[in-house]
Parts: sequence; C-alpha cells; structure tokens
Amino acid sequence: MDHLDENAHITVIPPNKEKIKKLWRVAGILGIVTAVEFVIAFTLPHGPGKTFLFVALTIVKAGYIVLEFMHLKYEVKILFWSILIPMIFVVWMLVAFVYEGMAISVVR
Amino acid sequence: MASSTSAVASDKGLWDGGTSPMGVSYGKLMMWFFLLSDAFTFSALLITYGLVRSSHKAFTGHVSDFVFSQNYWPVPERVYEAVPFLHGVELPLVFVGIMTFILIMSSVTMVLAVEAGHRMDRKAVEKWMLWTILGGIAFLSCQAWEWMHFIHGSEAGSAVAEGTTFFGANLVHNQYGPPDFAAFFFFITGFHGFHVFSGVCLNFLIYFNTVTGLYQRRGHYEMVEKVGLYWHFVDLVWVFVFTFFYLV
Repeated sequence: MDHLDENAHITVIPPNKEKIKKLWRVAGILGIVTAVEFVIAFTLPHGPGKTFLFVALTIVKAGYIVLEFMHLKYEVKILFWSILIPMIFVVWMLVAFVYEGMAISVVR
Repeated sequence: MASSTSAVASDKGLWDGGTSPMGVSYGKLMMWFFLLSDAFTFSALLITYGLVRSSHKAFTGHVSDFVFSQNYWPVPERVYEAVPFLHGVELPLVFVGIMTFILIMSSVTMVLAVEAGHRMDRKAVEKWMLWTILGGIAFLSCQAWEWMHFIHGSEAGSAVAEGTTFFGANLVHNQYGPPDFAAFFFFITGFHGFHVFSGVCLNFLIYFNTVTGLYQRRGHYEMVEKVGLYWHFVDLVWVFVFTFFYLV
C-alpha cells in the first residue's frame, strides 16, 4: 500500500490540448520540410542554388527543433544569446574552410 | 519565504549569487553548455567533410550517367539507394528518409514525455518514454543495416588499382570513391550513432527512474527535461548530417 500513499498527495494536472496540438503541428512542419527536401533532391539540377535551398530548409528545421522542442525561444534572453552567438563562429568556419577546399582543388 | 528571497536579492546584484541569472537550474544550464560544446565537435567533423569534399573533383555529368570512380567524389544519392528486403531495386535516399522520419518522431514523443512530466503525470511519462526508446532502437537498427550494406558493397564493385575489383568499403579502400569518402561516412554517422546509443541508454535510465517512482518522490520531472534536451540535440545533428552528407 506504499504505492498508494505515494500517489495520494500528487495531483496530476490534466493535459493542455492546445499545447499538445502545437507540438504535433511543429512535428508536421518538420515532416513536410523533409518531404520537400526529398522532392527537391530529385527534381532540381545539381548546383549552388540547390545547395543553398537545402541549407535554408535545414536551418528552418533546426530552428523549429531548437526553439520549440528544446524550448530555447521561451528561455531568458541571456541564455538564448549565449547559445546562439558562439554558433556564428561555426558558420564562419564552415564558409572559410569550404572556400579553402575549393582553392585546394584548383591547385591540385 | 518570499521576503527572505527578496532580502537576498536586494543587497546582491543579479550575478552575485542567491539567484539563477539565466532562469534555469544548474543542471539544465550545464546541459545546454555541454550541447554547445558537442555542437562544436560535430561542426568540426562536418566542416572537415566540407573542406575535403570541396578539395576533390566533383562529378560533372548527369546523375544517371554516374559510375563509381576513384577520380571524383561520389554523388550521394547513387551510393545510398538500397532498402532492406528490396534487393536490386534502386530507391535513392528512401531508407535515409525513413531513418530521418523515425528520429523526428522519437523527438516528438520525447517532447510529449517532458510535457507529461510538467503535469506530474507518471503514466503518460512512462508511455512516451517507451515510445522514445523504441524510436531510438529502431534508428540504431536501421543504421546497423546501412553500415552492413555500405561495408559489403554492391554487385558492381569498382577498381581501386589497375586490374582489381573492390567491393564495399573499409578505412583504406572503398568502391564508391576516394578513400576519404568512406572514412567520413564511418566517422560522422558513427559518431552520431554513438550519440543515439548513449541517448537510448539515458532514456532507459529515465524510464526506469520514472517507473520506480523516483521523480514522483522528488516532486519534479526535471531529469526528463535534461535528457530530453540531449535527445533533441541528437535529432538536430541528424538534420544537418542528412543535408550535408546525403542530400548535397
């Protein structure tokens, strides 16, 4: 009967339908964006434009995951920026190294 | 209680202790910073991939004319086109698409577990944690199959040196393209797969603690949130791997 006593003082709050609906909507968006990426992969010709589109759609997906699922949008501003600002260096690093790689391919 | 808190806050500034300036608990804050450092590690791997790939020649012809060669970087959709039980059928990227879908779904069930934890709904946390664990195991199984297929290779094979035919891949040779191609496949998807594996272990720990009523006795389900952050991060990394490794 220990189990019952344990539960006696816990009040379970009923689910907030609106909140859960919102989570499923985000899931739907993620699924649709992935499907769109799939369609693009087989319809558009290879090139910088296609790569740009893929990167843009990836950032949309990443945004939904981090801001909604990981709840970062609702955290204090200073936490939000201390996570996002360091990522700017990563973006710069990506650009710099891919540029470097293209320079290597010319020299080879 | 309220008066004592405000007394501490008044003679000390926001960053002088006594309060949590970032508005989250210590554990959650450290999880965020750990994930940031982990993001740097994954970025380093993906950026190196970008560097090495862009320093190799790209295949310039039409995708349907593509053949495996050591001379240029392979087109990913021609490498990953196998699906279990459909031998010999060319279904480019379909299996990876299924894996992506599985991981996104397990992220959704995780966020529902966190939501149930906020409501102190032990039964719902148990249910959604089980679905999340199942999703993680399904993803790992898919990855195991994909690795097996990648390592054994397709019937075509390809010449790694004159007069030889090589099937599949290892860290030295592979039939798909330059040696670096397989090395990056193993390191990037392997490192991500290891994160999924540790995520499944942590999820199981959380599930176990929920079932035994630890969090109920503790009065909150914050551990579900912390491990949830980690699990979403694993999903987030896969979104980038999917784009940069399989699509581009």
